[in-house]
Amino acid sequence: MACWPSRSTINDQPSTHLIEFLQQLINGLSLGAIYALIALGYTMVYGVLRFINFAHGDVFMVGAFAGLYVAPAVLKLSNGGPSWPGAFLVLVIAMVVCAILGIVIEKLAYRPLRNRPRLTVLITAIGVSLFLENFGQYAFGVDPQSFPDLIGDHAITIPAWCGPLTDLTIMVSQVLVFAVTLFLLISLRFIVTKTKLGMAMRALSVNPVATSLMGINNDVVISFTFGLGSALAGAAGILISIQQPSIDPLMGLQPGIKAFVAAVLGGIGNIPGAALGGILIGVIETLVVGYSDRLHIPSGYRDAVAFFLLILILLFKPTGLLGRVEREKV
Amino acid sequence: MFERSKIILLVTVAAIFVASRFSSHIDPYYYDIILSIGINIILAVSLNLVNGYTGQFSLGHAGFMSVGAYAAAMFTTYASGPFLGILGPLGPFLSVTIFFGIALFLGGLAAGVTGLLVGIPSLRLKGDYLAIVTLGFGEIIRVIIENVDALGGSRGLSVASGYTNLFWVFATAALTIYVIVNLVNSTYGRGFLTVRDDEIAAEAMGINTTKYKVLAFTLAAFFAGIAGGLYAHDKQFINPEGFNFLKSVDIVTMVILGGMGNTTGVTIAAVLLTILPEWLRHLSERPWLPHWIAPLLANRTIPYSLLLIILMLTRPQGLFGAPGLKRKKA
Repeated sequence: MACWPSRSTINDQPSTHLIEFLQQLINGLSLGAIYALIALGYTMVYGVLRFINFAHGDVFMVGAFAGLYVAPAVLKLSNGGPSWPGAFLVLVIAMVVCAILGIVIEKLAYRPLRNRPRLTVLITAIGVSLFLENFGQYAFGVDPQSFPDLIGDHAITIPAWCGPLTDLTIMVSQVLVFAVTLFLLISLRFIVTKTKLGMAMRALSVNPVATSLMGINNDVVISFTFGLGSALAGAAGILISIQQPSIDPLMGLQPGIKAFVAAVLGGIGNIPGAALGGILIGVIETLVVGYSDRLHIPSGYRDAVAFFLLILILLFKPTGLLGRVEREKV
Repeated sequence: MFERSKIILLVTVAAIFVASRFSSHIDPYYYDIILSIGINIILAVSLNLVNGYTGQFSLGHAGFMSVGAYAAAMFTTYASGPFLGILGPLGPFLSVTIFFGIALFLGGLAAGVTGLLVGIPSLRLKGDYLAIVTLGFGEIIRVIIENVDALGGSRGLSVASGYTNLFWVFATAALTIYVIVNLVNSTYGRGFLTVRDDEIAAEAMGINTTKYKVLAFTLAAFFAGIAGGLYAHDKQFINPEGFNFLKSVDIVTMVILGGMGNTTGVTIAAVLLTILPEWLRHLSERPWLPHWIAPLLANRTIPYSLLLIILMLTRPQGLFGAPGLKRKKA
């Protein structure tokens, strides 16, 4: 993953330290928002089926590539230049593609295993993940490809009256990522709490036998859950490609793992927990990497940070931060 | 005087010794594949002790293999001067044999200790959580090696001495099978099987399930370490990427294909899955194949992942099944 812009000039003025910290925090938040979107998919699928969908990170990758392939056609409508409606259209198309992919994966690979031991499903999920990665390498090529600039990304000029805050670098894409994530989270909240399908999802996660007795078609609800989670992953794929415009078929691996850690940190099966966990993981990772010199951690350990956190959580608080709130489970 | 199994072991080792005298007549390409088969047998049979007989799902076997590989390689690199000096009077053949034996044992020991340290905390977890945590530890080991300069970092490490030969590989493989088959048929073996079949019942009968899980895990790591030492002195070059998550999945695939808890099946699966990619690669070079199919076959992970999915959907007990395998519903 590309490096985040960071302030490397360190002097002893307290305000520069604060500005540097704020900068890291902003970078961490926009990374965390993306992790949060992916983590929601893990947590929703875990909620209804009680298994870890290993292939979720790769659905995120497919989302990015769907964007890469439709972007030129969409941008043609605006004469090839960056356009906000175009970006929105690309986002929606990627979400739809990923939703279909998620539903197909569930139907072909996971549904026949519904009543088998969980490990069987886990192994299948690993197989699906490897297949998507390697088929992606075959279909999209191994080398990283550059993602077109959909929104004309640039740093926001901070008005002069903000004083030392003008030293901050806030990109338009960072604001966009945060805004889109917030919007999707609120929509998800609405779907889960206010619609019939959302209610069916919550009921299914409590007792699947009872829901089927109540006339709810469990298969439909599970398909819907997969579609919803995968659509969020697709959105995350586009958002990360806008921020870091270099995509490759293995790009889903690390964010996938980190988002999974985020889901566990927040309490797996818990939707607000996944969002909170994602933000936390993004911030922690950015801070650890940003301050690696002063913490005496070589920055090469970046990818081990998430695993280290995961192991600590599972050993000391396996239910996660918000895991106890059963009512919120989906 | 000797039990039957010991006689079988001795005869096998003697036969391997005689066969190894003729190894110079084997084509180097086939010789290389034959050595890989032996190393994979050790890895798969040892992992089967954890994943098959004890019913714990480990996804970090390649991590332990790398610990053994690096430990053995460091030993033969830095200790060859003094040790071969002391052993010198025994003649070149015996001194090298003893020296390499010590190196392999130390590699196994290092991996075993790592396995113990990893196993004690993580074996409190079950099912998919255990899988993820072992995956995490495997990746942490890899990241640590990548960041330690004395081990060559991500550039890899050249191993000067190519001690590994047909005799070493297959004698060790025979010894591994001997130890594990006898262990499973002993009192300890009953312990492993009870942990797998019903952990709660086992605990109620006063069996220290943690002890058996940790024992199986440590022993499997020990043999993985020896396999790593053999691998390092066969290829004469090791790098952390060679021991990544995919390598662990390869070994898991062998165990699953052979049938979890079926040593004969797993041995056959290790042979098949070592030959399969080579065979597919040859097949992909056939001129009559459509040009788009060749890269699909040459990339062995695509057939591997499809094999995993299809196997789980149609025959989760593996090609050869598992005698008396009854899995508790998770």
